[in-house]
Amino acid sequence: MTSQPLPGGGAASPRWGLLHRRPRLRLGLLLGPPMLWLGVLYLGSLAALFITSLWTVDAFGGNIERVWNLDNYRDLFTIDVYRTITIRTLLIAVTVTVIDALLAFPIALYMAKVASPRLQRALVIAVLTPLWASYLVKAYAWRGMFASGGPLDDLGLSPGYGLTATVVTLSYLWLPYMILPMYAGLERLPDSLIEASADLGATTRTTMRRVVLPVLLPAAVAGSIFTFSLTLGDYIAVEIVGGANQMLGNVVYDSFLTGNNLPFAAAVATIPVVTMLVYLGAVRRTGALDSL
Amino acid sequence: MSFSRATRGVLLALTGLVLLFIHVPLALVVLNSFNTSRTFEWPPPGYTTQWWSAAWDSEGARNAIVVSVEVALVATAIALVLGTMAALALQRFRFFGRDTISLLIILPIALPGVVTGIALANAFLTMFGIELGMLTLVVSHATFCIVTVFNNAIARLRRLGGNLEEASMDLGAGTFRTFWSITLPMMRSALLAGALLSFALSFDEIIVTTFTAGQGIQTLPIWIYQNLFRPNQAPVVNVVAAALIVLSIIPIWLSQKLAGTDESVAAAR
Repeated sequence: MTSQPLPGGGAASPRWGLLHRRPRLRLGLLLGPPMLWLGVLYLGSLAALFITSLWTVDAFGGNIERVWNLDNYRDLFTIDVYRTITIRTLLIAVTVTVIDALLAFPIALYMAKVASPRLQRALVIAVLTPLWASYLVKAYAWRGMFASGGPLDDLGLSPGYGLTATVVTLSYLWLPYMILPMYAGLERLPDSLIEASADLGATTRTTMRRVVLPVLLPAAVAGSIFTFSLTLGDYIAVEIVGGANQMLGNVVYDSFLTGNNLPFAAAVATIPVVTMLVYLGAVRRTGALDSL
Repeated sequence: MSFSRATRGVLLALTGLVLLFIHVPLALVVLNSFNTSRTFEWPPPGYTTQWWSAAWDSEGARNAIVVSVEVALVATAIALVLGTMAALALQRFRFFGRDTISLLIILPIALPGVVTGIALANAFLTMFGIELGMLTLVVSHATFCIVTVFNNAIARLRRLGGNLEEASMDLGAGTFRTFWSITLPMMRSALLAGALLSFALSFDEIIVTTFTAGQGIQTLPIWIYQNLFRPNQAPVVNVVAAALIVLSIIPIWLSQKLAGTDESVAAAR
């Protein structure tokens, strides 16, 4: 490990001289506790989860048998219902992410580049407030919206509880996570670049494509990490508005608590982990991770 | 700006629609808390405040709030210490593996809650042999709260640079003296904003909570979830939901005061 202190440095007081002269020691002391927590406890837990997924539960007592096998994964890939649920969950996650990106773009652009500073502040608050409102309250709000005899039904617009309701509710829940990075990205884009583009004769469309889009893309990718990941792991919204449909989270939760089958739940949970690790690896180069 | 009038018009219209989409469902919940009907009835046949007083007397809701506040306070305290340390290390030093560590810090929120929940629950149960309860709940919450504090702290450190600290050291102050007298005061508002976000995140968390709290502990989200489908509790749940919407204005107002937009934005999650 090569470490390098701030440039400059100076006269150290005798008492803390050791720390001052030994930047590596300082770094170690600073990094130690958070790394113990995240590196050992959290990564350790993930590793343990993977190990558990290679064990099975005995048929009667529900005790974990520490015998290595791939039975859980075989079930996961061969039993139709799990394949359907996996595909459904991935499709919902992609749809929610696309919907959020489409909804977030105009409002983020308006906030960052058109609104007056006063209106801009008001809009930030208007967008942030629902972010702070509780997750359950928001899902519950949509249960009311989609209820038979509810306001949408009144207008003849309610699809009832089911997949559509799930997608709408999840898009609603995660929308601020897409708006905020897009807004932050666009705010950092200097106005002068947009003006210069127009002065040089570019149409609005060209300006969008050549000036706005390159800024927007990493921001959208940063937002998509949340919309995608949060959807992959959700099981409560689908319980509240999803009708009879299930997502991967439901399978994990049911196997864990009701089914008392921790190894199978662990195997199911590796699907979102692998999906997210592949996704994070793919987007790492876009610089999106720095703008989280 | 140099967008055409038409473009600005379209953007304004779409912004208005998205704002409607954001606020109509929440307004409905608030309205419904005054609904005389016990079940959700649209349009409300009449208005009353009786459910608000009923909710005020609900012991279950009140106890759940106390538990949620306790968990959020302890988790936030842990996250404040660990998040600040990690931010100082990553912002002030360049070393091998730095990118991997910053990835590790965001991992608990980049991975779905269900994964974090079951991974920690499994570790507590099968590796450490600890019963699920208050301790496991607080540890789990702190794990995903670290990143909010970290994000706020590192954004502030990035903006500050290191000049004042160098000056402090040049004048003879040691590492700790410089931290207490110079670095910490300059980070204070960013840390407060981070703590606020972290508190709210923990207070609202349900997915990780259902896995790591065990059976005996009821946080407010758990209480709401358990009563959501009970018809005779519906009016009280409505009021609690409406109250949470109204109360959510306080932290947003505070965090806007505490930190510039870029920091609260960076730490939104």
